[in-house]
Amino acid sequence: MNKRRPYVRSMDGWWRKNPFFVEYMIHEGTALFVAAYAGILLNGLVHLSQGEAAWNVWLLGLKSSWYIGFHVLTLIALGYHTYTWFKIMPRTMPPVVVGGQRLSAWAITGSGLAVAAAAMAALLGLVWGMAR
Amino acid sequence: MSDNQKVIEIEVLRYHPEKDKEPHKQVFEVPFTDDMSVLQGVQYIKDYLDGSLSFRWSCRMAICGSCGMMINGEPSLSCQTFLRDYYPARVRVEALSHFPIERDLVINMEGFMEKLESIQPYIIPKEPRTLQEGEYLQTPEQLNEYEQFSSCINCLLCYAACPQFGLNSSFIGPAATALLHRYNVDSRDGGKAERMELINSEEGVFNCTAVGYCSEVCPKHVDPANAVNQNKTISAADYFLRFLTPKGGAK
Ligand code: FES
Repeated sequence: MNKRRPYVRSMDGWWRKNPFFVEYMIHEGTALFVAAYAGILLNGLVHLSQGEAAWNVWLLGLKSSWYIGFHVLTLIALGYHTYTWFKIMPRTMPPVVVGGQRLSAWAITGSGLAVAAAAMAALLGLVWGMAR
Repeated sequence: MSDNQKVIEIEVLRYHPEKDKEPHKQVFEVPFTDDMSVLQGVQYIKDYLDGSLSFRWSCRMAICGSCGMMINGEPSLSCQTFLRDYYPARVRVEALSHFPIERDLVINMEGFMEKLESIQPYIIPKEPRTLQEGEYLQTPEQLNEYEQFSSCINCLLCYAACPQFGLNSSFIGPAATALLHRYNVDSRDGGKAERMELINSEEGVFNCTAVGYCSEVCPKHVDPANAVNQNKTISAADYFLRFLTPKGGAK
């Protein structure tokens, strides 16, 4: 008779069992803020298409302290999302060889973050310029 | 045993299929010296405290890949993890996560063996060559393409680190994909088209959600997450290329 009876352990609550997985769930969770913010902007676009009055209602809504609080929270979440996104980037792409040397993971992450920061500054500058 | 002999508690997850319904914990008090690995601690238990304890090991030097265990919840090679790093706290030892437990610390790795076979882990020559034609030549750059992925020792720590494999054991997983990639990018190999079918399949790379813990725990710096994620891009290109070329990539 076969005495083998392999025991399969449950996966319930797997993401709580290791700090690495907890962090993974948190950084994946920040994607919800990205989606929520896209929703807000899209909503603004719909209001804009409905004319000036509707647009002003949307603008006024943005000034509520709830909304401002939400924006601060979203900014933090998006900042963390951006950081983790570029942190995993070296693992997702073919090796980059510069001058016969393989680019280090931190060089790739660093350049990604630098590009993101530059893009953000440029956008901010543009909007600032238009608003004046 | 001298007076200043240090003693550490090792908590082992035991499972004997003949008598246990499910695994249970058992704590052993193990005298140790600073040069002792967790593997040596477990060996002490087997030699002096309980001969029925089962576990795998061979080389004791991090190259055979058989001594993988969860040590305090982290997939580790027990021969290169040291008791002194846990003392005076208790150290928890358990069979590798995400695999069925065969007995105590021994996992059932049949599923992995099948996967390993399915990726055809050998060079499928581009064209048949006679001995007279001499050896294959490869430049250092061509060697660089795959060398890292050839360092895999099949220890399965990466599978124990992959929740997606835990949730769906049919996923081909990190190590098998890394080895598959190792052959696909070898300049001597011509088997890529066959292997890509596996990459593109239900069991393939798109089960991965880029958790990245597999590469973190790899004792040989293979970076299996990189192989898996590079192949997502290759697979996507393969899929879209079929609209452009009559021969087509993906099936
Ligand atoms: S005993 Fe060989 S890798 Fe640990």
